[in-house]
Amino acid sequence: MAQAVEVQSTTVQPAGQVRRRKGSPWTGLWAVVAKEMADHLSSVRMQILEVLILLTAVGTVYAVMQGVRQSVGQDPFIFLRLFTTAREPLPAFIGFLSFLVPLIAISMSFDAVNGEFNRRTMSRVLAQPIYRDALLMGKFLAGFFTLALVLAAIWLLVMGMGILGLGLPPSGEEVARSLIFLVATIFYGGIWLALGLVFSVIFRQPATAALGALAVWLFFTIFWGMLTSLLARLISPVTYGTAQELLRQIEWEQALSRISPNTLYVEATLGILNPAIRSFGILLPSQLEGAIVGAPLPLSQSLMLMWPQLTGLIAATILLFALAYVLFQRQEIRA
Amino acid sequence: MSVVTASSRTPPTKTQGEAVIETSQLTKRYGKFTAVDNLNLTVHRGEVFGLLGPNGAGKTTTILMLLGLTEPTSGSVRVLGFDPSREPLDVKARVGYLPDAIGFYDELTARENLAYIARLNGLPHAEAAKRIPAAIERMGLGEVIDHPVATFSRGMRQRLGVAELLLKQPEIIIMDEPTLGLDPEAAHNFLGMILQLKHEGITILLSSHLLHQVQQVCDRVGLFSNGRMMISGTVAELAQRVLRGGYRITVQASGPADAIQRALLALPGVQKIEQTRPETFVIHGAHDLRADAAGAVVNAGGRLYGLDIEAPSLDEIYSVYFKEATNGAGS
Ligand SMILES: Nc1ncnc2c1ncn2[C@@H]1O[C@H](COP(=O)(O)OP(=O)(O)OP(=O)(O)O)[C@@H](O)[C@H]1O
Ligand SMILES: [Mg+2]
Repeated sequence: MAQAVEVQSTTVQPAGQVRRRKGSPWTGLWAVVAKEMADHLSSVRMQILEVLILLTAVGTVYAVMQGVRQSVGQDPFIFLRLFTTAREPLPAFIGFLSFLVPLIAISMSFDAVNGEFNRRTMSRVLAQPIYRDALLMGKFLAGFFTLALVLAAIWLLVMGMGILGLGLPPSGEEVARSLIFLVATIFYGGIWLALGLVFSVIFRQPATAALGALAVWLFFTIFWGMLTSLLARLISPVTYGTAQELLRQIEWEQALSRISPNTLYVEATLGILNPAIRSFGILLPSQLEGAIVGAPLPLSQSLMLMWPQLTGLIAATILLFALAYVLFQRQEIRA
Repeated sequence: MSVVTASSRTPPTKTQGEAVIETSQLTKRYGKFTAVDNLNLTVHRGEVFGLLGPNGAGKTTTILMLLGLTEPTSGSVRVLGFDPSREPLDVKARVGYLPDAIGFYDELTARENLAYIARLNGLPHAEAAKRIPAAIERMGLGEVIDHPVATFSRGMRQRLGVAELLLKQPEIIIMDEPTLGLDPEAAHNFLGMILQLKHEGITILLSSHLLHQVQQVCDRVGLFSNGRMMISGTVAELAQRVLRGGYRITVQASGPADAIQRALLALPGVQKIEQTRPETFVIHGAHDLRADAAGAVVNAGGRLYGLDIEAPSLDEIYSVYFKEATNGAGS
């Protein structure tokens, strides 16, 4: 052993340089992105989901237009109503999106890493002059860009239908607000994309990874809402029935529900698409001082309002990707 | 394609014989288990080196460390002067790797699969468009270049794997069990191809269990067991050390059997004589004794009908060595 130590000390570089890797970690990134995007866009899986989202877009927007046509000219944000208004029996388009976007995102990433292992292409690809970083980042970006592409196309479709159906162009503010909404939707997808990626690193079986990711999605979509009120009652019980206690409990419930990306997304989209919304919590009289109830907020104020939610979506995406990254770096490459 | 025995032509290399792969006290542990144990391995430019050893000996682990795909626990590695854990891109740009379990994107064609690899290697588009069909053609897959790889047989995939290596134009090629699962003819052709690559000046490191195949193409071999390189050298050197020669010469002669046997036994370098049939003697010797044996038979008053030599086989070296090793460990 003493010998081994000796040999090492002669080969080790000056301190600080020892563990530095040479060359950019992003070498080959765009090659990976291009290949993966081509895969996504040509895969049957994606095409089915694209058709699905297209149908819901056309269906809901068409239904909404039947209802809002008479208020053309009175409502300054009529284009935004196309996204947010629900017409029985259909939910609003954003309702559909909060449901479909996670599905699309997960379907693109649940077999990203384990698929390479199962096809036994991982060691061949990593034997090329690229780092693992480029492979993982490339796969994430390819999914992200595909999502952005699909959602941008849907956005154009909705705006186009609006122009044709309502007979007037959207105002600058409507375009700006709906574009911010588009960005929020893409990052909402990014969370599920990164989550799928995490599961695809952890589980070798794509079916297990898909189920795991879908379980998380179901949990937040269905159960988290019930759990939050339960938890809030446990954490901050109302014993004397004072207004303060009630308020505290509601605040807890709200804080807890914001752990769910779904809540963040819904709040962010409502905040930007509905200029009348001035707060997500209960409005205290003090907050309303000097405000004209029902008057729309200016764009900058709406943006301020949904800013924490938007950054929350982005931060969650980054955190989950970082988790996938760390797990993948530690993984043994042999199949 | 004929399989010629090693070192018949000098490849046009940079510096023939310079060490291109060097490991020193290289060790890899998985928890408490030591997969590779203080390995010192040197491979010179232009040679074909064979890593041999039973399952789980640590061959694949060693190869992964050479490519920077696994971090060594301790010790050092140099490949073409680069450290694979610090400068993996430099190493991987110059070294081609054919993994033991080779897979392609089934839904893509052969051409598309290689195009992806070309892009990962940063090959300019025009250059790739030239090299890809050339490499695929050379491996005899020109007909199916635009077929999806899903339709390829195991042998075709293996050849596509080599086409990928040719595309990179590497200085070193590392192959993990390259002939596994190939039929005898395909394996034979594959070995011929390895020798062609060698003649183009490419250094080749391969791991295998198929000893007679390794013997056909390797200049030097290393016997691996439990993460340690037990012995290494040319097959003849190993035979000398393990079998103390290992040459077997069959002499067919009539005449006084006793006298012939005595005369043969008196030759220098003879270890043992067996009379397998009335007029057949088998000499176990340290080197090629044919000329001496012929002389001895005639001098002893016998008539020589036949003289046959069997060079030492790696199979024999391997089984004798590992039998001795396990016996040694058991006692
Ligand atoms: N990730 C790992 N964790 C723990 N042990 C491992 C790991 N990878 C390999 N090993 C062990 O290391 C040893 C060497 O494995 P390696 O794959 O290098 O053997 P090999 O010589 O290539 O064998 P084979 O001829 O079967 O391919 C084996 O005993 C294996 O169980
Ligand atoms: Mg192996």
